[in-house]
Amino acid sequence: MFTEIGHFALILATFIASLQMVFGFWGAQRRHAGLMQATDQAALVSFSLVLLAFAALMHAYIVSDFSLLAVWENSHQDKPLIYRIAGTWGNHEGSLLLWTLILTLFSACLVLAGRGLPSSLKARVLGVQGSIALGFLSFMVLTSNPFLRQAVLPIDGKGLNPLLQDIGLAMHPPMLYLGYVGFSMAFSFAVAALIEGRVDPAWGRWVRPWTLAAWVFLTAGITLGSWWAYYELGWGGWWFWDPVENVSFMPWLSGTALLHCAIVVEKRDAMKVWTILFAVLTFALSLVGTFIVRSGLLTSVHAFAVDPERGRYILVLLALSIGGSLGLFAVRAPIFKPGGLFAPISREGALLINNLLLAIAAAVVFYGTLWPLVVEALSGQKITVGGPFYDRTFVPLMAPLIIVMGIGPFMTWKRADAGAIAQRLGLVLGITAVIVVAVIFLRRGGAWLPYVGVGLAVWLIVAAAVEWWDRVGLRNGSIAGLWQRIARTPNAAHGMSLAHAGLGVAIIGMVGSTSWSVETITTMAPGETAALGQHCVRFNGVNTVPGPNYTALRGDLTVLKNCQDDWLSLAPEKRSYPVRAMGTTEAAINSRWNGDVYVALGDEQNGKRIVRAYFRAFVPWIWLGGILMVAGGLLSLSDRRLRLGIPRRVRAAVAGKSTQSAGSGLVASKEAQSS
Amino acid sequence: MMRWLFFLPLAVFAVLVGLWLWGLNPERDPKALPSQLIDKAMPAFALPALEGSGSPALASADLADGQVKLINFFASWCVPCRAEHPHLETLAKESNLPIHGIAWRDEPDATLAWLNNLGNPYTRIGVDQKNAVGLDFGITGVPETFIIDAKGRVRYRQQGPLNPRNINTVIIPLVVALRKEAEEAS
Repeated sequence: MFTEIGHFALILATFIASLQMVFGFWGAQRRHAGLMQATDQAALVSFSLVLLAFAALMHAYIVSDFSLLAVWENSHQDKPLIYRIAGTWGNHEGSLLLWTLILTLFSACLVLAGRGLPSSLKARVLGVQGSIALGFLSFMVLTSNPFLRQAVLPIDGKGLNPLLQDIGLAMHPPMLYLGYVGFSMAFSFAVAALIEGRVDPAWGRWVRPWTLAAWVFLTAGITLGSWWAYYELGWGGWWFWDPVENVSFMPWLSGTALLHCAIVVEKRDAMKVWTILFAVLTFALSLVGTFIVRSGLLTSVHAFAVDPERGRYILVLLALSIGGSLGLFAVRAPIFKPGGLFAPISREGALLINNLLLAIAAAVVFYGTLWPLVVEALSGQKITVGGPFYDRTFVPLMAPLIIVMGIGPFMTWKRADAGAIAQRLGLVLGITAVIVVAVIFLRRGGAWLPYVGVGLAVWLIVAAAVEWWDRVGLRNGSIAGLWQRIARTPNAAHGMSLAHAGLGVAIIGMVGSTSWSVETITTMAPGETAALGQHCVRFNGVNTVPGPNYTALRGDLTVLKNCQDDWLSLAPEKRSYPVRAMGTTEAAINSRWNGDVYVALGDEQNGKRIVRAYFRAFVPWIWLGGILMVAGGLLSLSDRRLRLGIPRRVRAAVAGKSTQSAGSGLVASKEAQSS
Repeated sequence: MMRWLFFLPLAVFAVLVGLWLWGLNPERDPKALPSQLIDKAMPAFALPALEGSGSPALASADLADGQVKLINFFASWCVPCRAEHPHLETLAKESNLPIHGIAWRDEPDATLAWLNNLGNPYTRIGVDQKNAVGLDFGITGVPETFIIDAKGRVRYRQQGPLNPRNINTVIIPLVVALRKEAEEAS
């Protein structure tokens, strides 16, 4: 019953989405108020219908309705409730429905929050959103219907891949999709602006919160995915340069660039073409991500609904949406004239350099991801592009990026005072040098390159801290009124400092874990001890423990500090799930400030047990850095000038061409502070 | 202003769409992995015999006899090998193609019991308990089958079990062609 309602809602939503598209474009073209209003209604109705369909599907998973093909293939009665719920989106069909749900949710948010938008711009944005929704809904209805019934009712389901039965992964796809789909907003705004032929600071201000929200979700999603791989796959890696990781990373890189050039549009009425292009490319990369995962185009550890038929449908969608928008870009973008002049030493100059570097970085990842396909097409040979390629190309690109990231925030818009900046940077460099020398002294030895990496990260953190210190007026040493000054500083500025420092923290984690980790992989009999760096690991044996839908083999290991005293007790597990005849490795991790002690069990070999023990240096810093970046993004999102309803008040000022004074608190405060 | 620059993204995208269209060709299996050894000399190795099987030991030196031959990696614990086994038996009986086996990552006792139970199609058998030769051949699992030409070069690699279809459409025509090639060369 619920299923039929859901199925019907899905089909109806497809029609409503096509109405949203037609009403949006037509209404805006004809300036027909009634049609434009109908576009709003269509967006709300379409969201309600997709929500209903999603609820119906989730219900089917919760009650284990195995008459549904998708539920039967991916669920099982013995699965804990939380994973039955997460199972709704843990597969191809359900994840598409979630994707579409988020897409229509964003449209509905625009209707509710965008009352201050010019009506024709809003109608066009919703029109673009409607066309994307139409594409995905028709894809679902025609090729990947989650509500398909099967004639013979099976007794029980096939179960969810046990690797996916995990809380980190239950949260990973929704976050990632919120990010991917969130960029659809920037895309729709860009296409609408190309049709309207108008990009102004107000446009930049409307685009920014959506982009920022999408960026926050994508950052959280990537961090979660990486964390999951780290503790679940059992060998302590957190990034593999796998195609599917890359396709989530590329939109992140270009989305980061978009985030920053949208500020330039807002503050300086410049870099418009660049911003439009990034808005289109970021969403294009998100779609390409969806495409590569589902088409079986590239092999990946994330093999997931591999089906060339579906791949071809998505390719058509991709060609229409991206090809169409890039075509529109080619024809319309030349009309945008740059508003302000660019001085090389200025905030916008630094942002331009960083955008170029981010674009090149995204291009490198794109090249690395697709190169195997190109080689295969041209020569028939199969190759894999892995870590070494990115170590030599991507990693060196990050060095100038981080240096400029440290300098940029010290610069004012229009024209910065080079002397004053050099003085502050000297201070930053001094503090950084002291810290790096201390690190070298404490660690003593090893390759010099990791110290360069740590030095860059420290530079970034110190620069963010000093810039914040100056901004809240601590430079003059007055503590009085500090709290008021902090409160008066825009949240966007606090958010920037936090996010930049967060990246620095994450880089320390990445450099530390790649360079200073220790590992021991050996077979051990109960009672045996193996060395792990300066410490030792003792294997005490294994015992069998039952779980809700698995049986676990639990190891008992003790880490001895300096090979003398019992220090940590660790219990890694090997779980086997009878339903799927698959197993998972649950590593035991003891996190400390300077790294993780990480132990995983392997198979039995000649009566001994394979034990993998690692000390993964500074890994917790990666997750902390991710959290700081997300927090910084959220803080920035809470900025007064981005709050709902604000655009309406600002619009009068924009019309009066006095954007600099009324619109942007940041410029005002920055100028007040520098004077 | 150079207007053509604005068409650049579209042009790049068009090339990519072409590439993806090619990539979605249903004939193309993204997981298939051609051997790096194709047309190269087979790796040198010398493996001990399987005691009690009656088949002599297998070493690359024994294979330099100017004949086309088949090398099959198998293991008693491998279910697809069991499915493949009767077809190897048939091939051994009905053709004069020498079939050599390499028992991969298997206990010799278990291999012997398996062969005693199912029959032994192999002319020679090498025991590769430690995956030393498997590594040189670059195998990813069992069963895997290699065709070696008269000059000792690897000419074909089959991942997964042999069956009547691939034996008749791939293996036999290839062996015939390779023998002809060898005759013409001599």
